[in-house]
Amino acid sequence: MPITVALDRSAEDARPWIEAARPTHPSLIDTEHVLAELYHVVNVPTIIWIDEAGRIVRPNDNQFGTDTFTAFHGKASGPYLELIRAWVNEGQGALPADEVRRHQLLPSAETQLARAEWVLAWRLHQRGRAGAAQRHFARAAELAPKDWTIRRGSMPIVGQNPFGPEFFELAKEGAPAYPMDDVTPTRVAPRAL
Amino acid sequence: MTTTSFELIEGGSFHAVDATVGGERVRIAPAALERATGWALKPEGLCREAVCVPVRDRAALANAAGVDLAAFAAALGRPLALDVPERAAALGTPAEERSAALASLEAPDFALPDLAGRVHTLAEHRGKKALLIAYASW
Repeated sequence: MPITVALDRSAEDARPWIEAARPTHPSLIDTEHVLAELYHVVNVPTIIWIDEAGRIVRPNDNQFGTDTFTAFHGKASGPYLELIRAWVNEGQGALPADEVRRHQLLPSAETQLARAEWVLAWRLHQRGRAGAAQRHFARAAELAPKDWTIRRGSMPIVGQNPFGPEFFELAKEGAPAYPMDDVTPTRVAPRAL
Repeated sequence: MTTTSFELIEGGSFHAVDATVGGERVRIAPAALERATGWALKPEGLCREAVCVPVRDRAALANAAGVDLAAFAAALGRPLALDVPERAAALGTPAEERSAALASLEAPDFALPDLAGRVHTLAEHRGKKALLIAYASW
């Protein structure tokens, strides 16, 4: 069962995509970044495999369902979709517990403080305190420079275009990586910026 | 020192508490802090349900004006984002706690709404494989 979760500032931001896709699976909205906190999601898309017993069997993996941006991020969707089919149909591709743990990205004291700063910033923004909010978004970004859920995810909130010049400036630092990047065989080309 | 209304954000909930503010210090009455966070100040330390955390410097943690928020967060090892002029703070989850939860491989449950406002949980899909996909319009 796919469960898709939009880490967006409002349901309205995600609505066009959801209405176009007409999903039959649960398609959820996470304006408070609950999933980012619980699963340490530092970029999107992030995919996690959970087995029938509710165990994580393939940890956070930055993979794609289409090739729309393959020239940018250098990952192909085809091999990953094959992996998912093999898991669903034949039970292949789930990793043993020690492998899962070895390839988990875990939070640090700084990145957890960054999440608290982000939560405070988002609340202040919603209370109409844009200036104060911006200071805490900036503090969160300083604390977690390799977290685009924080850095790129706050761009629409502070009035920046997440596909505009500020994003291309951010992208020069390199996208956040999960350890699974070295495991899942989808890399087709070096990153082209 | 001024008494003021203060917003404490904890575990996704927003709590309005009375606080005494002086400089960068925010003090909250023990009863209000317990209502917001579940942690009570007791002779043996800070306690929630069956768990107690000993407090080394009790004088720094609490006085007649209440429990110092920064000292409270430090005693529990919790990250604290604080904005005194805005009268608001967010308490986060310690990295050790989050890391241990992830390393247990037990997928954390959550409850989130769909476009129609219907709330779904991960737990309701137990017994099936779940492909959890976080995405965004950005």
